[in-house]
Amino acid sequence: MGRGIAPKRERAGAGDDGAADVKPANAKMQVSALRSGTVIDHLGPSTAFKAMKILGVAADATVLIGANLDSSKLGKKDILKIEGRELTEAEMNKVALLSPQATFSVIRDFVVVKKFRPTLPDQVEGLIRCVNPACVTQDPRVTGRFHVVGKEPLKLRCHFCERSLKESEVEFL
Amino acid sequence: MKKNPLLGRDVISMRDFGPEEVRAILDRCRGFAKSSKPLLQGKVLANLFFEPSTRTRLSFDSAMKRLGGATIGFSDSVSTSISKGESLWDTIRVAEGYCDIIVIRHPAEGSARLAAEATGLPVINGGDGSNQHPTQTLLDLYTLQQRTGRIEELKVAFVGDLKYGRTVHSLIRTLSHFGAKLWLVSPSALRLPDDFLDDLREAGTEHHVVEDLAAVPDDVEVLYLTRIQKERFVDAIEYERVRNAYQVAPDNVARFGQKLTLMHPLPRVNEVHPALDRHPGAAWFDQAHNGVVVRQALLALCLGAA
Repeated sequence: MGRGIAPKRERAGAGDDGAADVKPANAKMQVSALRSGTVIDHLGPSTAFKAMKILGVAADATVLIGANLDSSKLGKKDILKIEGRELTEAEMNKVALLSPQATFSVIRDFVVVKKFRPTLPDQVEGLIRCVNPACVTQDPRVTGRFHVVGKEPLKLRCHFCERSLKESEVEFL
Repeated sequence: MKKNPLLGRDVISMRDFGPEEVRAILDRCRGFAKSSKPLLQGKVLANLFFEPSTRTRLSFDSAMKRLGGATIGFSDSVSTSISKGESLWDTIRVAEGYCDIIVIRHPAEGSARLAAEATGLPVINGGDGSNQHPTQTLLDLYTLQQRTGRIEELKVAFVGDLKYGRTVHSLIRTLSHFGAKLWLVSPSALRLPDDFLDDLREAGTEHHVVEDLAAVPDDVEVLYLTRIQKERFVDAIEYERVRNAYQVAPDNVARFGQKLTLMHPLPRVNEVHPALDRHPGAAWFDQAHNGVVVRQALLALCLGAA
């Protein structure tokens, strides 16, 4: 569940805590504030496009992307702002598979109405491809399913073939 | 009346059974070694073998018939609707109307789990690719118990192909839950896969990855030999070199003493010297024959008849 917070205006740049996380010199490179929608901050570097794919962001959607920005927490990070779409907690948890440290802010009329730090789901269905070429899920008629068996570092196990996947092996459909 | 550890369950992977459940299953197996009552009269087993098998298919067939039941099935997928493009899911949904229990062998890893989800009938995995072969693991444990008197804290060396052999994968993982110390002897190209080694590390199981049988200590209690499969090698010369290097003969095992148990899931090619058949610890034919007893127990337990 998201934590309740006092309304706060979204600033140009990162999400609510992201602004402080970005060096001032770099802040000019940031994208503008969002009127309404969702800001995803602290995405791993070069993962914003993958996050869009996981979330099924429409090709004609208005999105603002900050890629490979300096971050005091992560070294480098991506930021993704999606205009006009409030992500559900289930959707945010999916992104955690890609970037467990990602944070989310839901914005309405420039005001942050909800902050959310996702948790990894126990099970993931239909999102990830099994790397095992002999797995029964290579048949497109079979939907893949994975158990999250380790969270830090991320480790998944295919429900069917039992093959373990490390974070570096995770391949999204 | 002892609790039935398999009532309402499938037998898909050794991961699904804790140590106590494994002990309970082996305990029930012993009862079937003494007698074969017609516990499954009127029941039908479907043996769905999508790839070749000798021991597993024949022993399930024998086990069901010894218990008074009947068997149907096929031994390759060429003559089935699978060759017309039918999904595994549909094949299982059709077969469930013809039988009371299903045994499946299929080259795709995870196929038995998928089959079990397609039907409410009990499903037993007869081998899914390189993944699991739980009934072989149980008959191996049963044989180990017969030969050594226990399955706990054994010192076991696995020799040969540890990369592709599903038999060793299941057994290694299960023995690790029983406090085994393991020596994993293979050429580097056929080493136990990393995720299995990770699991052993996480379980705190003492294990040694070596390339030479000479590195195995004299007090090891069990040598589990496997076939090195020619088709796994791109280079035929490398195959010949490795194959000959891993042939085990009486001279290689003399230092382990007469109490050594020698196991092999069969079929064997030349990795076991024929003279080893006379070693008092040679257990491969016991393993094959115990397959019937263990599978009788599994069929009867899964069908709630024992």
